[in-house]
Amino acid sequence: MSIRGTSDPVTGRSARILIAKPGLDGHDRGVKLIIRALWEAGMEVIYTGMRVTPEAIALAAAQEDVDAVGVSNHSGAHGPLFRELIERLEAEGIGRDDVVLFCGGAIPPEDVDELRSIGYRGVFPPGTSLESIVSFLEEALR
Amino acid sequence: MARAKTDPVSPSGIPLPPWPESPRGERPGVFPFTRGIHETMYRGRLWTMRQYSGFGTAAETNRRFRYLLEQGQTGLSVAFDLPTQIGYDSTAPEAAGEVGKVGVPISTVEDLDELLDGIPLESVSVSMTINASAAVLLAFLIVVARRRGIDPAALRGTLQNDILKEFAARHTQRFPLEPSMRLVLDVIEHSTQRLPKWNPISISGYHVREAGSTAVEEVAITLAHAIAYLEGARARGLDAGAVASRFSFFFNAQMHLFEEVAKFRAARRLWARTVRDRFGVDDPAAAKMRFHTQTAGAALTYQEPENNVVRVTVQALAAILGGTQSLHTNGADEALGLPTEASARVALRTQQILAHETGVADVADPLGGSPLVESLTDAIEERVGALLGEIDRAGGAVRAIEERLIQRWIETSSYRTQQEIESGARTIVGVNRHAGESTPARGEVFRVDPSLECKRVERLRARLGARDMRPVTAALADLRKAASGSANLVEPLVAAAGAGATLGEMMGTLAEVFGEYQGDL
Repeated sequence: MSIRGTSDPVTGRSARILIAKPGLDGHDRGVKLIIRALWEAGMEVIYTGMRVTPEAIALAAAQEDVDAVGVSNHSGAHGPLFRELIERLEAEGIGRDDVVLFCGGAIPPEDVDELRSIGYRGVFPPGTSLESIVSFLEEALR
Repeated sequence: MARAKTDPVSPSGIPLPPWPESPRGERPGVFPFTRGIHETMYRGRLWTMRQYSGFGTAAETNRRFRYLLEQGQTGLSVAFDLPTQIGYDSTAPEAAGEVGKVGVPISTVEDLDELLDGIPLESVSVSMTINASAAVLLAFLIVVARRRGIDPAALRGTLQNDILKEFAARHTQRFPLEPSMRLVLDVIEHSTQRLPKWNPISISGYHVREAGSTAVEEVAITLAHAIAYLEGARARGLDAGAVASRFSFFFNAQMHLFEEVAKFRAARRLWARTVRDRFGVDDPAAAKMRFHTQTAGAALTYQEPENNVVRVTVQALAAILGGTQSLHTNGADEALGLPTEASARVALRTQQILAHETGVADVADPLGGSPLVESLTDAIEERVGALLGEIDRAGGAVRAIEERLIQRWIETSSYRTQQEIESGARTIVGVNRHAGESTPARGEVFRVDPSLECKRVERLRARLGARDMRPVTAALADLRKAASGSANLVEPLVAAAGAGATLGEMMGTLAEVFGEYQGDL
């Protein structure tokens, strides 16, 4: 397995990424691809599974001491769910400078800027390459 | 839709044969039905144009249904929201934010009655994409029919009711695998005995393919699931032929025109032989694979979405050349969200143009006899046979899902496809080749009015609060008792629905007995 600049130079610890699917939809093709791509890029990935609440995701982020949190939704419920996650993370003492937040799924173009403005540094709609998501994280976690 | 019996001719006046001769000697309407399940295919009757829709509320969706019927659609297909599919009422905390988003919320008999207001249930067939809670929706429909004075035996339509592919790919399962299979078989048993025009299951490769499988895996996994259901029905003492003749199937239509056409042909041949040779059913009518097709959602691009009209057209053509019984064509904007009314209309018009302007409906299995398509058909049949052998050796589809064999196939193919796209080995115009203006136009995405959820929840809460709870509680106690034993659960569900129980109450009661799916597959 190659480690490409995502491990801490002092401790050698790999970047820890939490991947989660809030909402009730079962479209996990995207998250499964991302999990595999991040793993192949040398990152440690923790996947919550489907149908998890923003509260449970925030709790997992705190307990697992992750460097980044990625969420995916394809049911059109991304707006309220992704907003709530930010509140829940703050309630766990995790601010927007503490973890890299990114998201993907069936996100209409006009929602992309809003999600960026509330704290999602990466917003990845359908058609995004895995390579660009890996590069984004490598850059953001450097 | 009955069609004229006069022999069609080409625009130049050349008479068209009912089907081209094939060197193999296979004929449409004759076992093993490789070339189609009817001798005359679309000359006798066009495919049913069945657009899947539902959003917001029952009243809102009823308006879209009436609009689609006015536009010449010939069957209905109900999209339920995710809470309904998993078995939560709109008022449940689990439903918050999801009510009416990807389909219509149905929590009570009254909701379903409102959804089907003005729709003649004896003549318009209603297809319902519902799985974990399929038995409950069937119970609601039976109650609606009775209240309208319609004998449930006259109901026409289809329940998806295919839980195995939920575990494998689509993921709206609510209960563990074993009780989930029981519910599927309860619906099949009840329908076989009591609802002669009803299709109690639509065994679906569609979602397996959407999740990333190949065409070969789509057919193999679908057939493995069908075998598991038919074995389950036979184990209950049901007649395999009677049950098989009520099975319907649901496939995906992806981009590779010839492989897709061959896939449909191979699937029919394989199923016919399975029913005859594996289940010993001699009646060829029971071995006909009837199927619905939907164009591939996963093939739609977010970039330059207008290009998707062309993709949908080619996929729809594949389904028609492959002999589908009904078809849903996707809206071009569905990588962005639900289709707008305008794009839903173009999607329906695509089918109408193919049906009435291109001549594809004039000749059955028009590509039959083509050396390319025949050899692809044989190759798919052979490869599917090998995969079915693997599933058999694993102990059947249920075991193969428990061991994640099927899920691993899908994940491996999905990853390979993605790598091919990223390396450029597989071209997607506008995405990895000839990519131009990459962001779609703004402001043209369909939005469900966010105030609908709030109003819907308030209205339902008020209606539920006004109920007499005594018959509801009694009916739910009966349901719990029946679920703890081995009785068929459809009748107790019908009784509970008639007494005013909600979907969430019935599914919650079943969950108390069955347990909840733990997310472990």
